[in-house]
Amino acid sequence: MTQDTLLGRTTLLSRLFLALAFIGILVSLALVFLWVPNERQQGVVYRIFFFHVPAGLLSFVAFAIVFVASIGYLWKGNRMWDMVAHSAAELGVVFATLSLTTGSIWARPIWGVWWTWDPRLTTMLILWLIYVGYLMLRAYGTEDTRVSRFASVVGIIGFVDVPIVFFSVRWWRTQHPQPLLKPGDEFGLTPEMTMTFLIAFAALSFLFGHLLLERLAMRRMSADVQEMRQALSAEKGV
Amino acid sequence: MKDYLAGVTTILWKDVLTELRTKDILLSVFIFALLSLVIFSFALRADRATVAGIAPGVLWAAFSFSGILALNRAFATEREKGSLEGLVITPVSRDAIYFGKMLGVLIFMLAAEIVLLPVFVVLFNVPLDLPRLLPIIFLATLGFASVGTVFSAIAVNTRSREIMLPVLFLPVVVPVVISAVEASARVMAGEPWSNVSVWLQVLVAFDVIFVVVSSLVFEYVLEE
Repeated sequence: MTQDTLLGRTTLLSRLFLALAFIGILVSLALVFLWVPNERQQGVVYRIFFFHVPAGLLSFVAFAIVFVASIGYLWKGNRMWDMVAHSAAELGVVFATLSLTTGSIWARPIWGVWWTWDPRLTTMLILWLIYVGYLMLRAYGTEDTRVSRFASVVGIIGFVDVPIVFFSVRWWRTQHPQPLLKPGDEFGLTPEMTMTFLIAFAALSFLFGHLLLERLAMRRMSADVQEMRQALSAEKGV
Repeated sequence: MKDYLAGVTTILWKDVLTELRTKDILLSVFIFALLSLVIFSFALRADRATVAGIAPGVLWAAFSFSGILALNRAFATEREKGSLEGLVITPVSRDAIYFGKMLGVLIFMLAAEIVLLPVFVVLFNVPLDLPRLLPIIFLATLGFASVGTVFSAIAVNTRSREIMLPVLFLPVVVPVVISAVEASARVMAGEPWSNVSVWLQVLVAFDVIFVVVSSLVFEYVLEE
């Protein structure tokens, strides 16, 4: 009974998030294409920034959730934590992929290449690889609870690794200056840009929240179905 | 404390003894690393001028890939012979099992690397500054072994375990590979120690963090 009301409530919240995300993305698209001024040096291309940066930030949020939920699962052993970690990892990979691809599209006209081994890009790619490995482990695992424990361990080690990757990659590259042009020699934001950025960020965050709640609800339902199936076969068999 | 150390050394000695009888890991790791050195020298069409630039990278690529072989074997025999259960019910703490297995992996990898080094020097014709190169090799291999032992124990318990280990392991050890290559490159170029030490600091940081974290989470990998 309590679980039903809880599920009902999350569905309501999830729908609210979806509506806010829908409106927010429409508004921010309008702002991005109709309102914000061109950037001085990059012209129109920079507008991808309003989706590129929030997607990257949200992937970090997602991986932080994986980390906390993994610790929670190993500590308390509650299946809920495990479902949160799994769902957040999926979303993290999706948003990191978004950020990497939009970044690549942005880099081509500005830097002249699709990809460069710049510290931030390299860190993001390695992060992406770690969590793709995490999802592969989930997919290739055999037993349920064991895979959950393994995935939690990977979720913890992977996240602890991130700051070390970040610093090593930064020292690795900053000691060899890049011949390529970098953005941000005076890449300042005007008030309009800040406003648009915040709205786009909020819109994507609502989308993130909606997807997370939906994935969680799906996981919980499939766990329930499995439980019922087991109960049913036990009743029939024995 | 004494019992703890006894547990660690007993597990380590068991692995060393098995290895001395079969020479399974050492031989395969050495041959694989040798083969990758040969392939690299053809693939990169290394002439005298370019060798100095690529040699450190080649060395650590060979060490990393052959290290995966050693790690794949670390828990494979335990699983094949069903001795993992026996290990779990031994009256030692789980992190003692971790340290025993980890030290075994460390020793096998180090042994293979030390044998490989002279071959590398002959094939790639680079100067060998052993007193400065050995600490780098030790610290980097410790980094490999610390995380690798956990991932090896995870990978043997999944389907398609041969692919799971590199997929999980390689992205996480990127900091180790970068630091090892940069430090070795500076040593091979004859740069002063102060230029090398910044990378040793990254290695030490990685080693400390991952030995601690791995020994803490290892018990959840073994739990039945």
